[in-house]
Amino acid sequence: MTVAELKKMARQIRRDIIEMTHAAGSGHPGGSLSATDFVTALYFHKLRHHPDDPCWEGRDRVIFSKGHVAPVLYAALARSGYFPCAEYASLRQYGANLQGHPCNCTPGVEVGTGSLGQGLSVIVGMALAAKLDGRDNLFYCVNGDGEMQEGQIWEALMAAGHFKLDRVLTFIDYNGLQIDGEVEKVMGIAPLADKLRAFRWHVAEVDGHDMQSLVDVLDEFPRGDGRPVAIIGHTIKGKGVSFMENQAGWHGKAPNDEEYAKAMAELAGED
Amino acid sequence: MAKGITWSIEDADHMTQAEIYGEVLTQIAKKNKKIIAMTADLAGSTKIGRFQKDFPERFFNVGIAETNMMGIASGLAATGLIPVISTFAAFAALRCAEWVRTDLCYQKRNVKIIATHSGTSFGQAGTTHHCTEDFGVMRAMAGITIIAPADAYETAVAMSQAIDMDGPVYIRIGRSFEPPLHKSIDSFDFQIGKAIQLHDGTDLTVIATGRTVNGALEAAEIAAGQGLSVRVLDLHTIKPLDTEAILKAVMETRRIITVEDHNVYCGMGSAVADVIASSGKGCVFKKLGLQDVFSIVGYPDDLLHYYKMDADGIVEAIQQVMKMDFEQDEDWEDEV
Repeated sequence: MTVAELKKMARQIRRDIIEMTHAAGSGHPGGSLSATDFVTALYFHKLRHHPDDPCWEGRDRVIFSKGHVAPVLYAALARSGYFPCAEYASLRQYGANLQGHPCNCTPGVEVGTGSLGQGLSVIVGMALAAKLDGRDNLFYCVNGDGEMQEGQIWEALMAAGHFKLDRVLTFIDYNGLQIDGEVEKVMGIAPLADKLRAFRWHVAEVDGHDMQSLVDVLDEFPRGDGRPVAIIGHTIKGKGVSFMENQAGWHGKAPNDEEYAKAMAELAGED
Repeated sequence: MAKGITWSIEDADHMTQAEIYGEVLTQIAKKNKKIIAMTADLAGSTKIGRFQKDFPERFFNVGIAETNMMGIASGLAATGLIPVISTFAAFAALRCAEWVRTDLCYQKRNVKIIATHSGTSFGQAGTTHHCTEDFGVMRAMAGITIIAPADAYETAVAMSQAIDMDGPVYIRIGRSFEPPLHKSIDSFDFQIGKAIQLHDGTDLTVIATGRTVNGALEAAEIAAGQGLSVRVLDLHTIKPLDTEAILKAVMETRRIITVEDHNVYCGMGSAVADVIASSGKGCVFKKLGLQDVFSIVGYPDDLLHYYKMDADGIVEAIQQVMKMDFEQDEDWEDEV
């Protein structure tokens, strides 16, 4: 896809997020919307996968360690062709595959996540196995900024640096907000880039909504220098829906009918 | 030796449970290239370092980061490898409980956990390094298999059978040398999920697991000298439970004592109690173990004695239970 097409897809995915959280009556639109541009660039520009063969051995692996942004993951999977968009209506419904947090019963979901801090270790394990076998798969993780407060994250960062897993890339969705408010007020994580570099990671800081920058940084991966890559994506929680932007309250709340109509009107059009 | 077995052991009479699983695992790994060994800075203490000697490229020490180890193991297993991870029981079961649940059991990962220094077997290290809660924590995990081998021979077979089966397995062993229960590797029939009857009896059944089995057997012999016929079951698998053997003990002896180096709440005894209660049959029942207390410090054998989990304590319990009466229901004779 061209950058213009990617932007169009990102807009579609934002509509999908609003659609499914509204239908479910609950869910996490805020962080889903902030991660949308990276997720779009990853799934529709970079990722090696066969949606019609989800278990294809040669596929790259993706783990959403911030599992609560399941809506953006489901939208990327459906738009990639893993399952029909009609399944959006089943989000969070009785017995559905599309749980509130990802379950690997869903085609395209590698790992069930939701307990923050756990995903990066798992991607480290997958990358370690590939390194051992000499396979050339790539390994992606999506982390939240608040999630960096979890101790296990730093254990996993240390391990990835130590084992020189340069086929691992994590996107840190740095929207600056978590459930209880501003990340820096709840438990400061700055200076994040310095910390990551100190853990032997290569760090790229980008505007997490600038599609060209995201594509460029993904194109530089893997670098083959023994360092895993962290993209610190400076993002806006709720990006694309004016009344959700930069509002911690939209972390885990679904739009009502009125809000839904307003959001969809704002997201109408192509880009 | 059974068909297909790719390992052999010598001198097991003098090896600890940890030494023997390290040896067996290393031998199996010569044929099975999928096996990966991991530890969190306890290669020497847990004896998984034995594997590292032969297969350094398939051995990962993640440093002092147990939860990270569980996550990495989950990722390794997701690609078809078989991670065998070893750390102290207190860390494997308690510190990592959520990781065992979410990363291993929920995702159905083929990971084997060798939890060493379990129960009070780390004696002098003290309470933080004992683990008398792991049966309870692990029993609550859907889809896991829990094995507590009684001696080095059982540990060898358990290790081997755990590799042969798919899914997460928790093997609970002690820290130091346990006197051999069995005479040789061929002298007993070990199958995951099947209790081993070590001594037959009709008056009472003692069900023991792990390092309490030797004491149970000794107690049965002492009781025989007092004219009592005591059955001893080695319940090496806590999950899945051998309900058949337990029900048989209920029906045939009507008196059961359980012995475990674990809190009596939520442990093996509680699992046995579930079976007794569900049977609808009358049965006198007593649980030996830690009576909902934190362990004291001391030599491992002294702690077994202190908590009445050794032969003396079990004999005392046998005498108490034989004095306890219960109402026989109308169909008593039919049932027995």
